[in-house]
Amino acid sequence: MAQIFPRSANALARGSLVVGLFLVVAAGAALYGFARSGYVTRQGLVLEQPVPFSHDHHVAQIGIDCRYCHTAVETSSAAGIPPTSTCMNCHNQIWANAPMLEPVRASFRDGQPLRWNRVHDLPDFVYFNHSIHVAKGVACVTCHGPVDKMPLMYQAASLQMEWCLACHRDPVANLRPREEVTNVAWQPPADLAALQRELAREYNVQSKLSCSSCHR
Amino acid sequence: MSVADLPNARPPGDLPVLAPGHGPASITDKISSVVFGRMPIWFYVAMAIAFGGAMVLLASLTKLVFTGIGIWGNNQPVGWGFDIINFVWWIGIGHAGTLISAILLLLRQEWRTSINRFAEAMTLFAVACALIYPLFHTGRPWLAAYWLLPYPNTMGMWPNFRSPLIWDVFAVSTYASVSALFWYIGLIPDLAVMRDKAKKLWQRKTYGLFSMGWRNSARHWHNYESAYLLLAGLSTPLVLSVHSVVSFDFASGQIPGWHATIFPPYFVAGAVFAGFAMVLTLAIPLRRAFGLEDFITTKHLDNMGRVMLVTGLIVGYGYVMELFTAWYSGNLYEMYMVKNRLFGPYSWIYYLLIVCNILAIQPLWLQRFRRSVVSLWVISMFVNFGMWFERFVIIPMSLHRDFLPSSWDMYNPTRWDFATFFGSIGLFLALMFLFVRVLPAIAMFEMKTLTPDAKIKEGAH
Repeated sequence: MAQIFPRSANALARGSLVVGLFLVVAAGAALYGFARSGYVTRQGLVLEQPVPFSHDHHVAQIGIDCRYCHTAVETSSAAGIPPTSTCMNCHNQIWANAPMLEPVRASFRDGQPLRWNRVHDLPDFVYFNHSIHVAKGVACVTCHGPVDKMPLMYQAASLQMEWCLACHRDPVANLRPREEVTNVAWQPPADLAALQRELAREYNVQSKLSCSSCHR
Repeated sequence: MSVADLPNARPPGDLPVLAPGHGPASITDKISSVVFGRMPIWFYVAMAIAFGGAMVLLASLTKLVFTGIGIWGNNQPVGWGFDIINFVWWIGIGHAGTLISAILLLLRQEWRTSINRFAEAMTLFAVACALIYPLFHTGRPWLAAYWLLPYPNTMGMWPNFRSPLIWDVFAVSTYASVSALFWYIGLIPDLAVMRDKAKKLWQRKTYGLFSMGWRNSARHWHNYESAYLLLAGLSTPLVLSVHSVVSFDFASGQIPGWHATIFPPYFVAGAVFAGFAMVLTLAIPLRRAFGLEDFITTKHLDNMGRVMLVTGLIVGYGYVMELFTAWYSGNLYEMYMVKNRLFGPYSWIYYLLIVCNILAIQPLWLQRFRRSVVSLWVISMFVNFGMWFERFVIIPMSLHRDFLPSSWDMYNPTRWDFATFFGSIGLFLALMFLFVRVLPAIAMFEMKTLTPDAKIKEGAH
């Protein structure tokens, strides 16, 4: 009876074991990487905005405090996007005729708010609250990254739940004095760890890990 | 002439595990003819009905995914209804396969030989049916990956390793994979026989591919025997562990009727009981339909009847102990649980359970009933139903009246509950039909070890 398989079938069978194992491992690694990539998280992605607002210029070069525009950050869940009138406080005098700022002036004239595209967009089932984080001494830059070095705003962190939990499991390592929360140029002292332990005690910082802390 | 009157060297009254007159060739021919021969018309009709059932399952699961588990009768406080009843029922049915293939192999019970192959197939298909339920019970099976399995997900979360539910995931998936491996390895020598017997090239190639180049050499047999024995050793604890872990799902809860230390052994005995009942339910028509009475002899039926009787009595002891413990505890809620079983709104199911699982098996004490296919088949059907009633008694009947009368409610399964249940039976039977159609339902090479030739050589050493 003729052989039904050629001699190469043996090599193929052994090879397919190796290739099969490799494919399984590779697919796992690829999925692991893809789920954390910017394609999924939008981390590092610069969104189109009506006006190319530069945090680099306003924060680092001019030195405007975060709270000048994001006024509600200490009292509310949302930090707040400033109304056009906040922009016009300065821009009715400075760069008052710059073509780049025409959408701002148009918004002010017509009373139609500027439609910014949200960069940090958490899912609706996450009840994130800015005020409690600020009150416990978590700085703006801890989550939003070096905003003062961003000519155009992008999302610095993945905003995935494992990223939230990394801090919620050990919040102490991300603390600084309350009054330094908006300071983008804060230099930590040499004995940072001791300071953070002290702050955690003083602010009564707790590791909040129950589901309903964030998902209500 | 019946097999019992033939001259043989067995003690009087004992029956052969292989009818006399068979040699290696006749065994192969007879068993492989089921696959290579033409199937009778009833086979296609039965397959069509079973496949229709599988489609009912598909339709009801589709409806479930699009609508949510609100289409089922689950409510508060009965959060576990048909879904978990059917899960436990199917998992239990699977146990006979593992018991036959592993424990009876290690105990050198040669009567296991002709029933192990299809009992293992039955195990696999029952586990497949069982797995459907916890998966779809979540309502969102595409999210079940991270609800059930620990893997490095982007949420940085793990399932609760202190929960028996996650142990269950591991127990059942280990069980499924070891059973599949055991079954497949046991098939390899027979797949090679099928490869050599097949006439058409594509059949030879397909069987050849899966027989992994088996050439019947002494080295192959040596490797095969070692692997098979090792896997039998691996499977043996699984027979006990899987249903023990399933019972922890209940025993670690506080609900009266669940919170009992007797659960693990009681569940394992119940699983073997249910499994043997299902093996009998399938074996009796199978041997008749394909003329396999020479291989699945009255001896097998008799022995399976004995196993059913013993495990059934253990289960009966479990029922009695549940009543006794409730009384002996003096606990108000435990006492009420018993009262609710005996006189509550679902008490008729409790009495059906007693009838099916305790009273119906009593004829098995008598040889006459163990050796009659009709009575065995009828009793095995009683047990199939009875074990389903048992899970109904344990799950919804315990949940529907818990500690607080204000939270009591009735449980009313919907037509979708029934559609999903009957659909899974359809899927199970369709898979069994497919199995019988394409694979040798009885281990041909193992049957050959039972022939007189094999015996003589063994004795001559």
